[in-house]
Amino acid sequence: MPRHVIRNGRVLGDIWRSLVPRPDENPETVPLPEGPLAVSLPVWRARRVELLARSTPVGVRLEPGDEPAEIAPDLPRLALVAVHFPKFADGRGYSTASLLRRRHGYRGELRAVGDVLRDQIFHLQRCGFDSFQLREGTDPHAALPSLADFSVAYQAAADGRGPRFRRDAAQAEAAGEFRDPASVRAPDLLPIAMQGRNHG
Amino acid sequence: MYRYDAIDATLVAQRVAQFRDQTRRHLAGELSEDDFRPLRLQNGLYVQRHSPMLRVAIPYGLLSSTQLRKLARIARAYDRGYGHFTTRQNLQYNWPKLAQVPEILAELAEVGMHAIQTSGNCIRNVTTDHFAGVAPDEHVDPRALAEIVRQWSTLHPEFAFLPRKFKIALSGAESDRAATLVHDIGLHATRSAGGELGLRVIVGGGLGRTPVVGHVVREFLPWRDLLTYLEAILRVYNLHGRRDNAYKARIKILVKALGVEAFRAQVEAEWAHLRGNESTLTGEELARVSAHFAPPPYETAPGDESALAALLAADRAFARWANRNVHPHRQPGYRAVTLSLKKTGVPPGDVTAGQMELVADLAERFSFGELRVSHEQNLILADVRSRDLHALWTLARAAGLATPNIGLLTDIVCCPGGDFCALANAKSIPVAEAIQRRFDDLDYLHDIGELDLNISGCMNSCAHHHVGHIGILGVDKNGAEWYQVSIGGEQGIGATIGEVIGPSFAASEMPGVVEGLVETYLDHRHADERFVDTVHRIGLGPFKARVYGQFREAIHA
Repeated sequence: MPRHVIRNGRVLGDIWRSLVPRPDENPETVPLPEGPLAVSLPVWRARRVELLARSTPVGVRLEPGDEPAEIAPDLPRLALVAVHFPKFADGRGYSTASLLRRRHGYRGELRAVGDVLRDQIFHLQRCGFDSFQLREGTDPHAALPSLADFSVAYQAAADGRGPRFRRDAAQAEAAGEFRDPASVRAPDLLPIAMQGRNHG
Repeated sequence: MYRYDAIDATLVAQRVAQFRDQTRRHLAGELSEDDFRPLRLQNGLYVQRHSPMLRVAIPYGLLSSTQLRKLARIARAYDRGYGHFTTRQNLQYNWPKLAQVPEILAELAEVGMHAIQTSGNCIRNVTTDHFAGVAPDEHVDPRALAEIVRQWSTLHPEFAFLPRKFKIALSGAESDRAATLVHDIGLHATRSAGGELGLRVIVGGGLGRTPVVGHVVREFLPWRDLLTYLEAILRVYNLHGRRDNAYKARIKILVKALGVEAFRAQVEAEWAHLRGNESTLTGEELARVSAHFAPPPYETAPGDESALAALLAADRAFARWANRNVHPHRQPGYRAVTLSLKKTGVPPGDVTAGQMELVADLAERFSFGELRVSHEQNLILADVRSRDLHALWTLARAAGLATPNIGLLTDIVCCPGGDFCALANAKSIPVAEAIQRRFDDLDYLHDIGELDLNISGCMNSCAHHHVGHIGILGVDKNGAEWYQVSIGGEQGIGATIGEVIGPSFAASEMPGVVEGLVETYLDHRHADERFVDTVHRIGLGPFKARVYGQFREAIHA
């Protein structure tokens, strides 16, 4: 059965393969699988030219601690940046995503991978993720409603929302329509990430 | 005070719905304890010795009578009829049932309250001066800025999973009554020579295992830049704070490891990218929020205070209370009043549902329907007419809320300790009570004068024992409870970390130890010198000699 990911609020089959060499593998020589491929930063450093010459989409997978600035010049050529969460409580990836979107202007698919759970995807989405590969064994369909946990937010984030104090009064009124918590779960409610952003 | 609009109410209602669903999934076995733990912690829910503990946020310690009545109702309906005010101006319930917590949160939401970020590795409830807006020594009323920080930090998506908890305190007065120097970030609202509003930014203070006084990272930050600068600090911390060791994960360790200069350089470099972006505050926003904190409609002709003077002269008990529990006010004819939650025999900071309801009534009758929680775990009525003081005292005394001990030895700051808290190494409440009983003579207590005594049941230092004039720390030695004593600590603008006097003591020895310390002070004090001043002048030697001489046989290494 193919893996599934949540992408722009829908569950889709995953076309991507990921290449993270084992400790005993050399990034310079490890075989590159065919097809759309996201590689770790060491592989990207060693094989950048080779990867960019391929006819299939290329992506990079960042670990916590990897500097997004390092891939900033290549971002227009990357179809995917995956940010790995070794544990869901390791929050570095939230800043990584914010930097990719807001500082480095990345507009392609930004995917949270690893220990990603439904209870984190709302915040991840606000930080600019538009794609989620949930923890192995987690049902992505069941997670979808969590993208709409909140219809309001106080602060600016990479989802394109400005801070509350710069939004107009009309939005405050619109928020009022969602005061009944039950209505928040309505399946047709757009996730915040899709409301204010036109990229992706 | 700040009143919720549709956006605030929606956010809190949706948080209740989210947590209700998370709790349901947990109880149904769909969400493991490991996955649920950070979620419940971010909503103030610990699992403690006897039951869960729910910590309710009281933003910067400000409450309305309506909210306090709701807290009383919840204490009766879902707990055992009482609550506990904490050193971060919050309220804890010690006996709620997990399955009922969503109901409690829904009730809180009805009065614009919640438990968001009162625990967990996120930005916690912002705290401030309990005399904000009324203190004569205030430069800037910090409450509007505190509310702005509250909103910014609430469900901030980037900083929900920090390396460790993160606490921000704000003060706008000459005296620091918010312990800003021992917070992850301390902010001093101030005005430049030209009258411009700004903030001194202090980072990396903290207590716990490694007590440190914070460092000034920026002497003057224009107020419009507050949120972008906080964002820069938090991002540097989120990316570079240690995550391999919980004891080394607070921002103070990062500041120490990098050095203040290098830390500042990183923050300023990050801020250079953020400065001036859309999170830069606007005059309209400051005005909008400040309007919520406009002064109440004070009587402009408060009359003379000769009646008060006569009552003070005639009634010694009232005078004693007024001397300790009544504080100056910037508005002529008004005073701020502290209702003591430090009556001997009652765990410090505990208050019954009945007392909450009475205080709600008193606040309505005497103080415009609002009150504050102090970080010393007392309640404040901030706007009381001086001619109402006697009536207020009479009612408060009948309810056990007028112990005249504010700032004195028995006004003990104390965590719940081993009686309730799963983290504690030792009990703290019985030690506090035993000390209070030893010093129950009011004349003696008042003669000793100002003395901050703080008791923490473990290194997490919830009772801020490092900055107590006398600090007591519960420690575990081979399964037995012992108490380590430090002296010379001080909170406020000259915050100082106390020094440990030597080997620790058994609980039963503690009243005698404190007595020995106090007697040493009384033997050596100069006129008008506080306990802590004497310690700083003569050093630890005489205190150690007395206490360890006294307990020579009882010393345990």
